[in-house]
This record gives sequence, C-alpha cells and structure tokens, in this order.
Amino acid sequence: MLRYIFRRVLFLIPVLVGVAFCVFLLLYLTPGDPAKMVLGDLATEQAIQEFREKEGLNDPFWIRFGKYVYKAVVKGDIGRSYSSKTPVMKELMAAFPATIKLSGFAMIIAVIIGLPCGIISAIKQYSVFDTITMIFAMIGLSMPVFWLGLLMILLFSVKLRWLPSSGFDTFKAMILPSFALSAQAISMVTRMTRSSMLEVIRADYIRTVRAKGQTERVVIWGHALHNALIPVMTIVGLQFGHLLSGAMLTESIFAVPGLGRLMVTSIMARDYPMVQGAVLFVATAFSVVNLLVDILYAYVDPRIKAQYK
Amino acid sequence: MAELNVTETQLRKQRGPFAEVMHRLSKSPLAMFGLGFIFLLVFCAVFANWLAPYPFAKQNLLHMFELPSAKYWLGTDEFGRDILSRLIFGARVSLQVGFIAVGISLIVGGLLGAFAGFYGGTLDNMIMRVMDVLLAIPQTLLAIAIAAALGPGLYNLMIAVGISAVPNYARIVRGSVLSIRGMEYVEAARAVGSSDLRIILRHIIPNSMAPIIVQSTLGVASAILNAAGLSFIGLGIQPPNPEWGAMLSGGRQYIRDFPHLTLYPGLAIMLTILALNFLGDGLRDALDPKLKR
Amino acid sequence: MSENKNLLLEIKDLTIHYVTESGRVHAVEGLNLELAPGETLGFVGETGAGKTTTALGIMRLLPMPPAKIISGDILFEGESLLSKNESQMRAIRGGKIAMIFQDPMTSLDPVVPVIEQIAEMVELHQKGTKADALKRAGDMLELVGIPRERGVAYPHQFSGGMKQRVVIAIALACDPTLLIADEPTTALDVTIQAQVLELMHELKEKFKTAMIMITHDLGIVAEMCDKVAIMYAGRVVEYGTTAMIYNHRLHPYTEGLFNSLPDLESEQEELKVIHGLMPDPTNLPSGCCFHPRCPYATEDCSKSAPAMAEVAPGHFVACPVRVAELKNN
Repeated sequence: MLRYIFRRVLFLIPVLVGVAFCVFLLLYLTPGDPAKMVLGDLATEQAIQEFREKEGLNDPFWIRFGKYVYKAVVKGDIGRSYSSKTPVMKELMAAFPATIKLSGFAMIIAVIIGLPCGIISAIKQYSVFDTITMIFAMIGLSMPVFWLGLLMILLFSVKLRWLPSSGFDTFKAMILPSFALSAQAISMVTRMTRSSMLEVIRADYIRTVRAKGQTERVVIWGHALHNALIPVMTIVGLQFGHLLSGAMLTESIFAVPGLGRLMVTSIMARDYPMVQGAVLFVATAFSVVNLLVDILYAYVDPRIKAQYK
Repeated sequence: MAELNVTETQLRKQRGPFAEVMHRLSKSPLAMFGLGFIFLLVFCAVFANWLAPYPFAKQNLLHMFELPSAKYWLGTDEFGRDILSRLIFGARVSLQVGFIAVGISLIVGGLLGAFAGFYGGTLDNMIMRVMDVLLAIPQTLLAIAIAAALGPGLYNLMIAVGISAVPNYARIVRGSVLSIRGMEYVEAARAVGSSDLRIILRHIIPNSMAPIIVQSTLGVASAILNAAGLSFIGLGIQPPNPEWGAMLSGGRQYIRDFPHLTLYPGLAIMLTILALNFLGDGLRDALDPKLKR
Repeated sequence: MSENKNLLLEIKDLTIHYVTESGRVHAVEGLNLELAPGETLGFVGETGAGKTTTALGIMRLLPMPPAKIISGDILFEGESLLSKNESQMRAIRGGKIAMIFQDPMTSLDPVVPVIEQIAEMVELHQKGTKADALKRAGDMLELVGIPRERGVAYPHQFSGGMKQRVVIAIALACDPTLLIADEPTTALDVTIQAQVLELMHELKEKFKTAMIMITHDLGIVAEMCDKVAIMYAGRVVEYGTTAMIYNHRLHPYTEGLFNSLPDLESEQEELKVIHGLMPDPTNLPSGCCFHPRCPYATEDCSKSAPAMAEVAPGHFVACPVRVAELKNN
C-alpha cells in the first residue's frame, strides 16, 4: 500500500512539470511584449531592454523554462508579479485561503444535501420526491454559476436585503457565494449517488442479504450504501476540480479575494508570472486532491486494496 | 427447422439501428423536449437575419433599458439594443462555438485516443501521459489559460474550449477501442478471416459510437457553458457581437434597477444546457442495448 | 394430492404473474407442490419455466411492483406464508427457510469479510454476542471445508467453488428446516460441481434438512433427489418419486427431456429434440401449454387445461391423453 502511495506521489512530479511546461508554452506563444505591458507604452527602448534582460526574457525558451523549474523546486520561487512586484508565491498564499474556504464549503454543502437526496431518490425511485429531486438536479447542472450568483444577489441582497453581495469576511458574506458555487456539485453528487444506489440495490448480493432475513434498514443503509458510496467518492474528488474552476467565476461575482479573482485580474493585466503561478498552484491542488481520493478509494474498496498490497 | 416461428418477413419488419434508437428516444418526453428545443435554436441560428426584429448591433440611445413591451419583446439593454434580437443572434454564436469546439475535441481527441487504443505500447503511453498533464488542470481553467494566450475573438474561443476538452474525448475513444478490441466478436471476425479494415468499419466504429455520441451531446452543453463563462470574464467574444455570457456580463452592473438585462440571457443559457442534458441523458438510455429499468 | 398431514411445505394452486409494460407474464399457474420434512425435491424445468419465481415466492422475496401473487397459498409447517407480515417473514428467512442462489460470483457482498457475512446470519436468528456469532461462523466455515483463518478474507479472494461453499455455510448457519437451492452448481465447473453437490448431500444428511433443488440437470436430480416435479410454462406437469419419473415417466414433455439426453450406449446420429420453442409467457397457448409441441396432442388438448391425475400412488401426471392410454393398456 505504501509503495502504491509512494509511486503515485512520484508520478505527480512529471505531471506538474508538464503542467508548468504547458503554461510556459502558452504564455511564450502569447502575442504582446510583457515588458511593454508592465512599463507602459511610453517606456523608453532602454527601459524595455533593461527589463527584458532582468527578467531573462531574451534567453531561449528551454533556458527560461529550466531556470523557472529550478527556482521553483529548489527555492520555492515562482517569480515576481509584474503588477504588484511582490513574489508570486506570497500573493498566492494570501489569496489561497479564501478560495479553499469557498470550495470547501461548497463541497460540504454538496455532500450534505446531495448524498441523502440521492439515496432517498434511489430507494423511492419514481416517487414524487425522486421526480422533483431529479428536476432540481437537472436545473442545477444546467445553470451557469455566474448567472445563479447574480440571481441570488438579486433575490437575497437586492430585494430581500438579507445577505451581503460581496466580500468574504463575515459568515453572512460566505453564504451566498458558497451556495451559488455548490449548485452544480449538489446536482452531480445527487445524480451519481442515485444511480450508484440503484445499481447496487439490484445486485445479487443484496438479494442474499434479504434472504438472510435482514431488516430493510440494514440492507439499504448498511450493505447497499457501503457499496454504493465507493464510486461516489471518486466523483466527489473530481468535483473539487470543477469547484476550483467555478470558484474563479464565483469570486468575480461576489468580489471574494481569492485565487480566482487574482487569476482573472492577472490575465487582464498580462501579469504572466502570476498567471503561470496560479495555474500551477491550482493544478497542484487538484492533483493532490485526486491522489488523496485514489488512496482513500484503495483503502475503502477491498478489491482495489488487494491489488496494491 | 420448419417449426421455428421467426420468419424472414418478421426479421425484415425489425427497424434499422437508427430508427430503433429514435423510437426508444421518443419514449422519453424530456429527451424529446431537448431535441425540439435544439431544433428551435438551430432554426433561430440559421434564420436569425429574418427572425430577429432588429439588427443585433443597432443602438438606440433614446430607448435604453426599456422594459419588455410590444415594441421590444424582451426589452432593451444598456445601449438601447433589442435583447430578443441579440438573443436570437446569440443562438447562432453559441451553437457555432458548441458544435465546432466539440468537433475540434472529437477530431483531435478522438484520433489521439484511437491511435493510443489501437496500437498500444509506447505510443499509448506517451499520448496518455500528455493527456494526464492536461487533465491535471481543471477544464474551465485550461480553457481560460488557452483563451488568454490566444487572445479575444470567436475562433480563438472555439479553439480554447475545444482543446480544453480533448483529454476527455481521447480517454473515451481509447477506452472504447480498447474494450472492443478485446471483445470476442472481434476475435471471431478475425477467425473467419476479416481484414483489419473490415473489422474497424463493421465492429469497432459502430460499437464505440454510443459513448461518443452521448459525450458529444453533453460536450456541446459544456462547451457552450464554458464559452459563456469565458465571455463573461472578458475573454472570447468581443462587443458588439452578441454572446449570451457577454450579455450577462454587460448587464451585471445594472442588476439592481434593470434585472431583465441579465435575466433573459441567463435563461437562454440555462434552457439550452438543460435541453442538451435531457437529450444526452435520453440518448444514453436509448443507445444502451441492455435497456436499463 | 396426498393425504399426508405431516407436510413441511404445501403449495396450493399458486399463481404468480408479472405485470409489465410489454404484457402480463404468466410465470406460475396453478402450481401444486408438497414436501415432507427431510425430503429432497428436484424441481426440473428449462430456463423461464417459473422455478425461480416459485422459489422467490416461497421466500416472499419477489419484486412486488411487477410481480403479483394472484391466487393460491403456501403453507409452511401448517401456517400460511402469504398471510404473514414482513417482520414474521424476516424471522423465517434464514431461520427456517434458507435459499442459495445461482451465481456465486455475485452473491456475496464484496466489501465484507466472509466470516462476518456468515455471522450476520447467526446474529439475526440466534441469541448471543457478536463473539458467539463469529465463533459459530467459523464452525460453519470448517464444516464446508474452508479453514477458519480464511474467514477474514473478502469474497473476491476466493474461487467460484469456494464462494459457493461460503454461500452454503451462510444458508445452513441457523439450521433451517428447508433449504431452497436455485441451480447452485450451474455456474461452476463440472469437477467443482461434484464437490459442492457432495458437500450439500453430506450436510443434508447430517442436519436432516429438507431441500428443494432447482435444476435443469437430470443427472443432479438422479443423485440428490427423493421426489421430482417437472415444470413447464409455469405449471407442474409431472410429479412423483425419482424412481417413478426415471423409470415410468408419462408426460410427453418429461419424455422429451429424457430423450434428449445423449445415450452413451446406443448409437445415435442426431440428437433428439423436442420440436418447437418454449411458449411466450405473455401469450401462452390455450388449453394444455405443451400441446403445440406434443406428439400425442388431440383436439381436446387445445381446449382445456389438464388437471393432475394420480396414475399410481404418489405419481401425478397432467396429461389426460397419456393417462387414458395407460388405463387402456
């Protein structure tokens, strides 16, 4: 088991290097001179050249990339923001907590609402509850998060004046963005749980348990659930990736000072080191979460566990 | 064997595969709604020039922020442009982006996945490692990064959204090809002497279609959603081109006083995604030979 | 049928239908069956004849939205099972009547160690602590030939034959009076089949458990069963002791079944088949279900469904043509 974990962690490294490479490549191919972007149109030719020298923009691609990776791995230095002149890592660390909190809350909401709804829908298939839940799930999946956010602001901030429409410092301020972001995740979790439960309930071994004379409660909430939740776990982990992306748009709407907003402003400002750093950061976080989910999965499903003994 | 009840005429009366799928699809009212809505959108997109009451870029600063009325069925926006007309033209943009982006993903991803699955070995390994790298970045974020690099514009938007979905299609096609390659009916076909090409055409492609079709339908939904999101944050479609996400972004600041600027474009996006999701779900059930439930 | 009042199980005119979108499936029609304590009944028929439906009906494990018990009764130890409530049935399931299913590969919960799955059965029907249950579970494992220490393993770590042994261990853990075995060896290799059957035979003798052995394999029936019921299209068409059926069979379908067995000794150029196909359960033939395929069919056969007639003490046949023939000889 430990060997499996070790191998997976080891494997993460080339993937992240690959991500850095892709981002580097993308920014390299982007038209526009970063020097001009930062220094402005009125900058002198000399100032531009100085800047280019200083930032190593005149070096060939591979040298630039190599230096970047070296500095990142050895010193944890992934550059300096063109806009704010502060180290990228520092800015990321400052913005990170808000995004994690937002994604985290959204995930928790999704699981708390999605799991029970999915389970009950499966048990009472075709009932009124099932139909209504499925309709809501479909709507939740289809609603763009930025529109939902705006609607929620319209209703709860503008019309009802119950909740603030921006910021993330008070508990009240966190409610709207977390719920807006969680909508899609709730829908996914509900649907996946429902379909997984439906499949498990029809399984032969469930029939065996019933033939033992076991109560329906233990059949469903013990045996069926245990088996059904295993694939749902993977989905929950993957949802985290969607939540991170969705957080970007949500943060823009609710003015949450997180990574997403930082990323959007950096893109607009052509602040390459910042964008690079942010994408790398998000990719790392996403990969780590996926790894954790995989490990948890191997732990929880004895069939997989046996493979990696 | 004269006692067998299945006669030739009975066999001939069975529907062809396409008709069979359509028949099964028609049993689901939601899927039919989805199909109908998409046809409506396509109709709007194709005949926008005739359907829309006003040109999408025509500003009328005397009639800004009008509420829905007989003259402007859905009201006007911050430049006095008719929202309904912009929605209709926006359908064209959304469908273009949706289909072309998925087309790109399908062709690039599909080819990569097919090669990986068919030839296996080092080629498979290399291709899938690259896909792993792309998959480490959440899809929307990847689209944003590519769009940021390419710059604004409709075609760049299509490319960005298309490329960001390539790993999904590569995986699905590869999975399909791998599983079918191993199936016994392929072995049986080889055993009777079928050529590789015949096997590919008669067995591999038809049997891999189902998950690809479902993924593509849902993929169009996802592409439209991503495109709207990108336009919302300013990458992608540039004004005055009508794109639903951009319309949302434009109307955002006036939400307190004139919510209808954001209400209708958002509704359009939601209904489109809903329709595509219903259709995709329906297709998934209709194409499933095991006829679940 | 017989007048013996000491019956363990008595099924009277049981009729079960499945009501589906594509029609009403007449799975079981007017089924009559008897089983004495300790007896083994072979329940023979092709796939789709209604055997599993009957078994699930006894256990009241039928999926009740599509399935409907239209009429009839099932008496177990003199009491009607159909009138029991769910809580009473739960006590009976596993405790008095146990069932083992066809496919061992999917019959066990993949995420629970096998010893716990046996222990669950014990805990449901016997008083005692968890430790007691686990001990009993270990005993059962040993009884079916699996070392106790292997109990902590998961189902996927066992072969098909061993999984089926676990299934048997679960079923017999609480010493039921009746064991229903639904094609328990069909999914196994022939050599493993023999082992599992031997085990079942041993345990049956040891615990004096009555058994209903559902199978389509006449060889198994010959080895294991005291009585045989031949089922076709939801009805029992012939019933009697094994000797009667094997040596003095009467019903044309039974005849067809036995004739289709290839004979080692005589020379055969073609396999003998029963002409025609199994009838569509949503659209059964009128009168006697078998008449379209029957070489002895007369006009009356398509008009009225035949009743079971006793041609010899304990030997019942539902074929007036053959019964009449026999009487005339």
